[in-house]
Amino acid sequence: MQSFGDAFAAAFGLIVGLDADLIEIVGLSLSVTLSATFFACLLGFPLGAVLAVGRFPMRGVLTVLVNALMGLPPVVVGLVVYLMLSRAGPMGALGLLYTPTAMIVAQTILVTPIVAALTRQIVADLDVEYHETLRSMGAGAGARIQTLLWDGRFALMTAALAGMGRALAEVGAVMIVGGNIDHVTRVMTTAIALETSRGELALALGLGIVLMVLSLALNALVMGARVSAARLAHA
Amino acid sequence: MLRLVASGPGPEAAIRLEGVSLNRGGRRVLDDLHLAIPARGITAIMGPNGAGKSLSLRVMAGLIRPDEGAVLPANDLTGRQDIALVFQKPVLLRRSVRANLRHALAVYGVPRRARRERLGELLDFGRLASIADAPARALSGGEQQRVAMVRALAARPKLLLLDEPTASLDPQATAAIETLILNTAHSGTAVVIVTHDRGQAGRLADHIRFVHKGSLAEAAPAAQFLLAQKSPEAQAYLAGKLLL
Repeated sequence: MQSFGDAFAAAFGLIVGLDADLIEIVGLSLSVTLSATFFACLLGFPLGAVLAVGRFPMRGVLTVLVNALMGLPPVVVGLVVYLMLSRAGPMGALGLLYTPTAMIVAQTILVTPIVAALTRQIVADLDVEYHETLRSMGAGAGARIQTLLWDGRFALMTAALAGMGRALAEVGAVMIVGGNIDHVTRVMTTAIALETSRGELALALGLGIVLMVLSLALNALVMGARVSAARLAHA
Repeated sequence: MLRLVASGPGPEAAIRLEGVSLNRGGRRVLDDLHLAIPARGITAIMGPNGAGKSLSLRVMAGLIRPDEGAVLPANDLTGRQDIALVFQKPVLLRRSVRANLRHALAVYGVPRRARRERLGELLDFGRLASIADAPARALSGGEQQRVAMVRALAARPKLLLLDEPTASLDPQATAAIETLILNTAHSGTAVVIVTHDRGQAGRLADHIRFVHKGSLAEAAPAAQFLLAQKSPEAQAYLAGKLLL
């Protein structure tokens, strides 16, 4: 077991020296997280918008369900995806278990409700303002949703970044479906868990620092988007 | 009972409300309203606050379905886009002026290849070319109202409904809007304007419809109405008295 000081020094050494293992893990983390966020936005934006402006049976139930799924435990998602992708599962033939694809699937399931629920709220608020104008123009449901999504783009960026933050920090689901295999499915959070349990604090701390910096960068991005929206008077 | 439109509003009318009644919050806000809007020129709807002027516009635009009565548009006002409505407080999209108009053209189904030319026409018509790339919501109230009017005209409506378009605008902005209204009427579009301003009615209107407590109190040519009102309600209103 290293001392605190030694561990920090070694961690900074890994970061400054662009350690190959560290770069690979960070790269895979970003690749998985960005992909999951992309797919979650692809599903969550229209789903949230439809829940906001659509009028159909069970809309209230669906809204409650999506809101509830925001707090979905990652390990439960991991378990479900594992069962689906395991050899005996219905999608076992695809051979996706313990691959980055499986991790993307799990994170997409985890992040989509967050993006959808936040989108629903953002679009509903905007619809209060736009509803009569768009109706008077004769805009159909599709045109309305498209307009609201585009005009809410800065706020929706916040929803996407919130989802991305969740995916980036998540450990349970990717651990179960990815297996934390070195050079294959090892991402920042699973590597930190493993290295800490092994007493190898340098890499764990290095990854932790990178994770913190990425989280801060995400928050800065959110703030930057809001400020630029206000400056352009689009907000 | 609401009667469905079948036979049109009759000769010389762009749209006619026949015995339209509407209840809101336990109150009768439109009460057996009979209102015919001439197919040509500018019609001003006047009346005190709460008379039902704005509601009658929304009924004409199809945004509100009346509880009773019929809305009878002219035979050539069959499409949703033949009637356009501009609100007192226009809501512009969070985009540039150009993008707002482009959006309207897309929603109105103008073919993509025709949009560029039509966009240029609209910018010229509204004298908006110099602010075409400015964020629409950062413009002054008068400029925003001009953009909203031009946006409404993107569909080439046959009937343009304006709900107090110059309320709280300065004289310069009011003049710009009024010029736009006159040009629109000259191009053949029937215009309905809700206004409290007697001077504005005199400057713009060919016809006046005076509404009180959700019903039509008087209908007359503008010159005649402004000179001598027949109904005691209109007389009291134009004399500056409170109509209770």
